[in-house]
Amino acid sequence: MIDPIHQFQLNKIFTIGHIGNQEIVFTNSSAYMLLAVVLIAVMMMAAGRALVPGRFQSVVELSYEFVANTIRTSAGSHGMTFFPLVFSLFMFIFVSNIVGIIPYTFTVASHIIVTFALALLVFLTVIIYGFYKNGLKFFKLFVPSGIPVVILPLVVVIEIISFFSRPISHSVRLFANMLAGHVTLKVFASFVTMLGALGFVGKVGALLPLGLTVALTGLELMVAFLQAYVFTILTCIYLNDAIHPGH
Amino acid sequence: MAESHGEAKGGEAKGTASAHTEADGGHGFPPFSKETFPSQIVSLVIAFVALYVIVSRVALPKVGAVIDARQKSIDGDLAEAQRLKDESEAAMKAYESELATARARAQAIGAETREKLAASSDAERKALEDSLAAKLAAAETSIATTRATAMSNVRGIAADAASAIVQQLTGKAPAAKTVEAAVDASLKGTA
Repeated sequence: MIDPIHQFQLNKIFTIGHIGNQEIVFTNSSAYMLLAVVLIAVMMMAAGRALVPGRFQSVVELSYEFVANTIRTSAGSHGMTFFPLVFSLFMFIFVSNIVGIIPYTFTVASHIIVTFALALLVFLTVIIYGFYKNGLKFFKLFVPSGIPVVILPLVVVIEIISFFSRPISHSVRLFANMLAGHVTLKVFASFVTMLGALGFVGKVGALLPLGLTVALTGLELMVAFLQAYVFTILTCIYLNDAIHPGH
Repeated sequence: MAESHGEAKGGEAKGTASAHTEADGGHGFPPFSKETFPSQIVSLVIAFVALYVIVSRVALPKVGAVIDARQKSIDGDLAEAQRLKDESEAAMKAYESELATARARAQAIGAETREKLAASSDAERKALEDSLAAKLAAAETSIATTRATAMSNVRGIAADAASAIVQQLTGKAPAAKTVEAAVDASLKGTA
């Protein structure tokens, strides 16, 4: 039986150092994080400067325009201040997700701590920039206008709870999608090998999970993009709160 | 080297965690093993800061500059095309107005020429008619003269013939006065 959880195993490659009592190690996850960074950097650097772009340059410019338009539509033109951050987030999640679909690779976003750290980065950016830009007016975020005074305290409490649960929902959504998708893929793929070992009838029977695995891989490709996009657009919506706190 | 980090940390630092993971068959659920969190956060910070620096300092300005340059060149081309279009439209308009004036002038010239020709042909016809009328009058006068002459000639001839006949009949020439009177009387009678 193939263990569907094994793919999320972190393997120590070498020790970076120690923080207090804690050993800091370079793992396969670290390697895939750096791989994503290198892929993005190479892609962005290698793109030509032609007036009429080729395929490769088009992909790079398409991703640039895509993220820029996402920010402009959900956070306004002021949101372009955060263009490098949002672009880095989108590309990092997207590229590492796509790399993770290749068999035998590791999916960086399948670890809650990674997605939580990224969500926390967005959350803290929103709070720090919100107070820096708006001062105490940032608290208007929790007081929607046009609400009767009677239910206002209740609404404020709900708003505060929803605000502070944002990093959790933001990170768990991405993590859970990647984890579940990869577990499902692995389970169906393991059916193929298990049935395949049962002789001719088993080999014929293995065709069904094989087809499902192929279909699921296509679905996972979509999920890889979609979750990166969802993470990005939520980032933009949260940043919009920091820029324009009044509802 | 391929040994599980979570397992290693668990075994080293936390006896209970180690025992728990051992019971699960060597390793717990890796995404939730807290021992790996610091290492992952450090890796993520390094990778993401590097990515952010590359993206914000080099990649985005470069791609943005290319896109801006393209937009500028497209805008420039569009403006140039608009300018050329306006120019050609102005040329077309100028051509059309010139054509209209030329046509009007041609019509004016045609009308003028037609009038002039009509006037001159009228004058010519009149001159011709006048000269024809004059010739007709002259002819009529000459006919009248000729007739008068002829008539006087007829009287002379008649007188001569009468005197010759009388001389032949009587053998004696009658008096000229008598013959002329008789001829006149006879001419008057027949006339």
